Amino acid sequence: MATKPTLAVWKFASCDGCQLSLLDLEDHLLAIADTVQIAYFLEATRAVIEGPYDVSLVEGSITTANDVDRIKRIRKQSRFLVAIGACATGGGIQAVKNFRKVDDLIGAVYARPDFVDTLSTSTAIKDHVPVDFELRGCPIDRGQLFELLNALLNNRKPLVPTFSQCVECKRAGTVCVMVAHGTPCLGPVTQAGCGNLCPGHDRACYGCFGPTETPNTAAMARRMAALGVATRDVALAFRSFNANADAFRSEGDRHERA
Amino acid sequence: MSALETAAASISPNPSPPRIIKVDALARVEGEGALYVRVRDRQVQDIKFRIYEPPRFFEGLLKGRPFSDAPDITARICGICPIAYLTGASQAMEMALGVTLPPGPLHDLRRMVYCGEWIQSHVLHAYMLHAPDFLGMADAIEIARAHPGVVERGLRMKQLGNRLLEVIGGRACHPVNLKVGGFYRAPTVAEIRALIAPLERAVEDALETIRLFASFDFPNYEDDYTFVALKHPEVYAIEEGRIVNNRGLDLELAEFERHYGEDHVAHSTALQGVLYGDHGPAYLVGPLARYALSYDQLTPLCHQAAREAGMAPVERNPFRSLLVRGIETLYACEEALRLAKGYEEPDRPAVPVTPRAGRGFGCTEAPRGICYHRYDLDDEGRILSARIMSPTAQNQKIIEADLKGVVQRNLDLDDEALKWRCEQTIRNYDPCISCSTHVLTLTVDRD
Repeated sequence: MATKPTLAVWKFASCDGCQLSLLDLEDHLLAIADTVQIAYFLEATRAVIEGPYDVSLVEGSITTANDVDRIKRIRKQSRFLVAIGACATGGGIQAVKNFRKVDDLIGAVYARPDFVDTLSTSTAIKDHVPVDFELRGCPIDRGQLFELLNALLNNRKPLVPTFSQCVECKRAGTVCVMVAHGTPCLGPVTQAGCGNLCPGHDRACYGCFGPTETPNTAAMARRMAALGVATRDVALAFRSFNANADAFRSEGDRHERA
Repeated sequence: MSALETAAASISPNPSPPRIIKVDALARVEGEGALYVRVRDRQVQDIKFRIYEPPRFFEGLLKGRPFSDAPDITARICGICPIAYLTGASQAMEMALGVTLPPGPLHDLRRMVYCGEWIQSHVLHAYMLHAPDFLGMADAIEIARAHPGVVERGLRMKQLGNRLLEVIGGRACHPVNLKVGGFYRAPTVAEIRALIAPLERAVEDALETIRLFASFDFPNYEDDYTFVALKHPEVYAIEEGRIVNNRGLDLELAEFERHYGEDHVAHSTALQGVLYGDHGPAYLVGPLARYALSYDQLTPLCHQAAREAGMAPVERNPFRSLLVRGIETLYACEEALRLAKGYEEPDRPAVPVTPRAGRGFGCTEAPRGICYHRYDLDDEGRILSARIMSPTAQNQKIIEADLKGVVQRNLDLDDEALKWRCEQTIRNYDPCISCSTHVLTLTVDRD
């Protein structure tokens, strides 16, 4: 019997939701456990197997000096490294601190700032080491996670769309919340993958899958302004779960300075 | 030498090299933690439950943002109990804006989706994270191999909990359909009715689960805990109530911070909850506290299952929290079933809200205990200040106290067994360490 490929799951600054998506694959979980060797997944098992690992899934953003070193060690031990979720691919909601004075933030939460070790920024995994693939979303879509594992086990590229949310709405026949109701919606600049979730619930997309390929954020911002969104709130719309993703960060910058 | 070992060495008064047991990160909890224990002359002298989850500064991030951002942003504190944050933040904002959810479908949907979170979180923790300790196994996959059918039952229940979250909330993790005032879109009657049959099966599965857990061996350990939980006059408190304890303190949410606060200690990035006065500082939130304070409001079937499992109306052994999670899972299934059967579509999916200045409080029973929110808003409805007290932060001192007691009684265990017993002790609290900072390195230093 050939040895099973090894899988490791790592966590940085995050809510744990993305790695728990693996456990949310209820119908497939036991089959996955038969197909791959779960070598490091502290959320699920106290059994630990030494690296190197065939596949590393990395959740969370880099926010401490120690984590800068840790992700480099993980990269060295990993044949294929996948960043999963908005924290790992776009800095996460905690990247909102990149645009604030970190001392003010510590003071808002902690009585003893001198006890707190933190960098002034929250950054994506690819800002520190080469990443072989990214799964977007806050949280990731478990169907995409399953597709990723399936593709890796079969030596092919995962089928993950890079077009915008608008395509999902059109395919699902969902009425456009921006055109029909005048609700400012980030769908045109946001990558698909959630399954048309927010517009399907009569709600505007809030961008949790991060920027799509070549997003026209400037046009998006103009449309939001035309719909009556204050400049300050245009900035805040881009400064959320993918605050440090390039396109969203720079569009946020433009409106924060305005 | 790690920072922790350096710390251990520097506080050791013993010139001979101390016996140090070092263990890598704590498995099967959500987040990252560590434990340091110092033993001298067979006495536990010091215990530090250290959380090294990187801080994420949620209270700071919220400043200046509109009130309507708070539910979705605070949900990201925890991927396993987002409903606790979505609901607590919404409730607090509703108070600040002077609206209340009327009795009826909106109220029922909020409670029903919360039942979904209890089911998925309790089943995940009990079956996949905690049960392996009682069976001496590394994880649920080992259980699946040794006892076919058991883990499958757990996964079936967890999937149903997630389905409730999906039908009402849009997705299982970080649901998108909840907001201040209610929901973006109300589920149809057909969507909710489709949950009835699987919920009926889940009631049976929950009863089987309690029977299974009752067959486990529970380590002997009890303490006279100060239990703190929400209490509601009619139902087992989940999404609303007064904050009460078993020492006679019965508070409105607005009074909470007069009696309870948080300490910031050097060894943890999570603040530690404290109760001021004679019965503090440590107190316990979560299943044991809820069960002790609201036993009477459980259903007849829950009472029967508890009696058959040999449970008393108050359980003071934290290892038996596993059984209480079983009872609460049964309750959540029964309650969701009752609400699903009675569901009718509301006239509108949400109560309208208008921005204004104000202060609001919210508190709900996350699966691992009370989760408290307080916000101040300016006259545009923007957040001036925020305070969030997560359940695991509140439980930190009691976890340390339990660890001290458990280690003291188990000094004869070898290092590996003692380490495992400590992990199990921490897992009694289902600690969501992401929440409290918003895995355990165990260092036992003994002579």
